Amino acid sequence: MAKTKNNTLKLQFDTTWNYAPAPESKSIASIKPRYELFINGEFVKPSSKKYFDTINPANEEKLSEVADANAADIDKAVKAARTAYDKVWSKMPAKERAKYIYRIARMMQERAREFAVIESLDGGKPIRESRDFDVPTAANHFFYYAGWADKLEYAFPNRTAVPLGVAGQIIPWNFPLLMAAWKVAPAIATGNTVVLKPAETTPLTALKLAEIIQEADLPPGVVNIITGAGATGAAIVNHPDIDKIAFTGSTDVGKIIQKAIAGTNKKATLELGGKAANIIFEDAPLDQAVEGVINGIFFNQGHVCCAGSRLYVQESVYKTVLRKLKDRLETLIVGDPLDKNTDIGAINSKQQLETIHKYIKIGQQEGAEMFQSSCALPGKGYFCRPTLFTNVAQSSRIAQEEIFGPVLTIQTFRTEDEVIEKANNTPFGLSAGVWTDKGSKIFNMTTKMRAGVVWANTYNKFDPTSPFGGYKESGYGREGGLHGLSAYVNLI
Amino acid sequence: MAKTVIKKSNIHISSNGMEKHIPEKRLEVLKTYKIYIGGQFPRTESGRYYVPVNKSGKKLANVCLSSRKDFRDAMESARGAFGGWSGRAAFNRGQILYRMAEMLEGRKAQFIDELIQQDSTAAQAEVEVNLAIDRLIYYAGWCDKYQQIFSAVNPVASSHFNFSVPEPTGVVAVIAPQNDSLLGLVSVIAPVIAGGNTCVVLGSFDKPLCCVTFAEVLNSSDLPGGVVNILTGKSSELASWFAEHMDVNAVVYCEKDEATQKMFKEKSAVNVKRVVLYDKVNWYSDAGQSPYFINDTQEIKTTWHPIENIGGGGSKY
Repeated sequence: MAKTKNNTLKLQFDTTWNYAPAPESKSIASIKPRYELFINGEFVKPSSKKYFDTINPANEEKLSEVADANAADIDKAVKAARTAYDKVWSKMPAKERAKYIYRIARMMQERAREFAVIESLDGGKPIRESRDFDVPTAANHFFYYAGWADKLEYAFPNRTAVPLGVAGQIIPWNFPLLMAAWKVAPAIATGNTVVLKPAETTPLTALKLAEIIQEADLPPGVVNIITGAGATGAAIVNHPDIDKIAFTGSTDVGKIIQKAIAGTNKKATLELGGKAANIIFEDAPLDQAVEGVINGIFFNQGHVCCAGSRLYVQESVYKTVLRKLKDRLETLIVGDPLDKNTDIGAINSKQQLETIHKYIKIGQQEGAEMFQSSCALPGKGYFCRPTLFTNVAQSSRIAQEEIFGPVLTIQTFRTEDEVIEKANNTPFGLSAGVWTDKGSKIFNMTTKMRAGVVWANTYNKFDPTSPFGGYKESGYGREGGLHGLSAYVNLI
Repeated sequence: MAKTVIKKSNIHISSNGMEKHIPEKRLEVLKTYKIYIGGQFPRTESGRYYVPVNKSGKKLANVCLSSRKDFRDAMESARGAFGGWSGRAAFNRGQILYRMAEMLEGRKAQFIDELIQQDSTAAQAEVEVNLAIDRLIYYAGWCDKYQQIFSAVNPVASSHFNFSVPEPTGVVAVIAPQNDSLLGLVSVIAPVIAGGNTCVVLGSFDKPLCCVTFAEVLNSSDLPGGVVNILTGKSSELASWFAEHMDVNAVVYCEKDEATQKMFKEKSAVNVKRVVLYDKVNWYSDAGQSPYFINDTQEIKTTWHPIENIGGGGSKY
């Protein structure tokens, strides 16, 4: 046999391996033509009398319309939350609180399939992800925090934890149900009541959660779910009777919120943007690393605040890694979110697709080299090819700013010190990834990364017991785990 | 001005019986109160000074009226010192804080004297200095313990080892309590540096003597230059620069002034600084010290690593 060099085999996926479509049925999802606001345990019409459409980004068809809450509606919701806090929730024995939350978790598990389908319809994410990640993790989050409700005296040594009161919570469109769970579960477990606003492009699973909360007989007003866009969010932030703002979203909006609540007694946790470095050393198991990088940037179409959007590869393995990445990119299936074969679904909205296209253009103008998968894109809906950029300068905007889409920049490095410097050279500090087989190097790197979550030889893993949140301009406060409790209590 | 006491002295007969003429009056050497940046004692680059006066009208000293540029220089020192200080063994940080307490104890009389000059009674001054020393000892002990209190190993459902530990937030800009000019100063600096942060601190405006003398304690305590930088001057001039500086990770403010509190929260949004307000703390009470003060300038970092599941171990290992 002729001499064959290692690592020169080209993977061929385009010939015999054509996948037959395997679409999940939509029939399990019951979506009402119109949704009202969930205030004080009931669905009520908005005082604005206005509604807006929520569409399926994979085919641009209308799914339903939801109420557009104005300041008067927010006021109503806050009053309901305050009454529920004063009269019921803060007085209820903690173990009873716990049982309500367990009940919610169980009902979510029972209706998991329906939630998954609606999540994929409304937000565009692949059904595999909503089914295997978003929905079960959301239910688990309720289950986890339910158990904390009557154990808080063990969480804070030498202190007593008391609830804050009414929490106003504003969540993004990338993990609609999971973010609702991250916000609501610890808040009500610690005895607070909440007013939650889902994002305007993905309100449906939060409203389905409202149905569950109603069915679970949670006392009226403990959880209020109201829909709307930026103005509705601002009305929550500025409401004088809210004690706590919890926000997940962009760093720009986070800064506006921090300013807006200055001079008030509102506490805040902010979970903002990121521009994570994912670092491959030459001694890393390269196939696993490449798989991790793909997952790191293309999970949920790259709509992930902790996405590994800046890849740093040690020079000696750069060529190999790049070729493997390009090969792997070609195998990614972009298309119908409800198809179980789909790896990359629809971009969440037209606006977001435009933002991503803008950055792809900027990258090219700045002189970076672009490589995209040659896959076909569906004729309708918002889709984007998985994209790599090489020859990227550290100062390039595509390496500095959060794109929030399936776009990866690739840079190289020689030494550990160099890559530490480059990786930390960003205003963000949410997450980082390190790939190496050497234990001592892992701990050097994970210690030096100025980021709240560091994945070593893995990426984009989440768990209810694991605190999540950023350093620097990626925000403050943690969600998840023991540390996530602090966000919703005063210590006395 | 500091007291220019001319002390009387007698003619002294030495052991060999010779009469020695010692001047009747000795002129005291006055201390120049300068700021502390990067382990050095420069004057303010602005050349400006002010003269604090105590209640009886006595001028205390010519004190540096620090400028925005002094703050910038101090920030550069603090950032430069961060990697080294946060990278030190926690045990070593504890030893250095303990050393600071030793040095403070050794210069107790000087601090009591300064506090008296700044309107404390002798009894009050002694209590304040004693508490300040004890506070350093208290936080010296926490240096290698708070991590264990605030960390966690998280039992994630997937096959990963996952743990969360506190890490210093970075450079902290502190406006020290204006009234308790020594105890307040020590109470806000100690938890910040015990946790591995570095800091720039503005001392009390009306009572600035102790913060400068405390810098001399730091300077002789093996504390690396730049870990603590101390400025004197006006909060009203400098506070907004503290809040706006893009390399400050957290600000600490201790007064009840609501307008300044609001300013800090508002301007800190520029780079999402953490804003820590200690307007309700009584530094003389037990509530004036706790590991939760350290926690206020910490970030929680969570690390994940896969655990390989190799078949064969089974239930009998």
